[in-house]
Amino acid sequence: MRPWINRRVITTTAFVLAGAFAYINLDYSIAYSLGGKMVDRHEERLRGPEAFSDIPDNAERSEALFREMGKVIESPRCMNCHPKADSPTQREGRPHTPPVTRGVGGMGAEGLQCSTCHGEENVTFTNGEGSIPGHPAWHLAPATMAWQGSSLKGICEQLRDPERNGDRSLDELVEHNSEDTLVGWAWTPGVGREPAPGTQELFGALTRAWVDSGAVCPGTAG
Amino acid sequence: MTIEFELNGKAVTYSGDPDTPLLWALRDDFGLKGTKYGCGVAQCGACTVHVDGMNRRACVAPVSSMEGRSVTSIEGLTGAVAEAVQGAWVALNVPQCGYCQSGQIMSAIGLLGLIEDPSDADIDAAMAGNICRCVTYGRIRSAILQAAQKVKA
Repeated sequence: MRPWINRRVITTTAFVLAGAFAYINLDYSIAYSLGGKMVDRHEERLRGPEAFSDIPDNAERSEALFREMGKVIESPRCMNCHPKADSPTQREGRPHTPPVTRGVGGMGAEGLQCSTCHGEENVTFTNGEGSIPGHPAWHLAPATMAWQGSSLKGICEQLRDPERNGDRSLDELVEHNSEDTLVGWAWTPGVGREPAPGTQELFGALTRAWVDSGAVCPGTAG
Repeated sequence: MTIEFELNGKAVTYSGDPDTPLLWALRDDFGLKGTKYGCGVAQCGACTVHVDGMNRRACVAPVSSMEGRSVTSIEGLTGAVAEAVQGAWVALNVPQCGYCQSGQIMSAIGLLGLIEDPSDADIDAAMAGNICRCVTYGRIRSAILQAAQKVKA
């Protein structure tokens, strides 16, 4: 064990702020137990486009492809930073602590920007139990791209709408889902977090197949 | 591997484990004890320092990420805003137990560096990540407002 882990953790365990932080510890305990329950759902495998090739109707296949994409889109790793409210959620959809706000450009309030805590990469806590996520572009999705509380059909319609998808064409959306490294963080979320299902490569392939089949949203095929 | 950065205006070199949190490096290697360990998981703000002038929680910042950057701890504060904040803290007798106050002061100065005349809402948003178990929040707010007025005057 690295010396700086032992020394500081041990010498500060009984410190006077314990009372103030008791709720944080409780919060983390809940997170881990909730995280455990979430594992089963997220271990569900993400199927590739070939799994849908036996659906003869193009629109129905397109719908099915998007529903599969929904396993990723609706994962907490994606949904947490696409809030309708002014604050993100964390872990398995619980309120973010500390109580941060969106701020300008989704980068947090002046003086408490995302970068106050989130660095350029994930950092495992010194106790080894959990981590703080990180990425050079860590920020909230714009309010126009809010997903929380929407149906999968609603999210799909947002993703097709350049006014609500970051002014992207469908081809640019494929590129975004396939190559954007902040999207890719969902599969390398750090210690204590369940990754999004599958891989970014598979998610990109599903997006490509969905677009190529007409980008039909769930509940709209004949 | 060595990491070179500026600490309180002086060039320093760190040659230990690059994953060591900046907080540990400040306290154990550079002997700067003013920055406090509170929670270790970026939840309390007691370890707040400035990195390139911006608030940063030192407990979750690997020292390797400081390469080429400028770090200011509570010991290295200078300038009109810092003096105004420290003066207001004394004038209003803000601290109670005092443990969180280093982080509170760093966050307050970081805020005033970005917003010269903050509203109550600005203060709420910026200081939301700094916890005080003695609940000195009212005096902290008053001190920030007083410091802002002094800098403006």
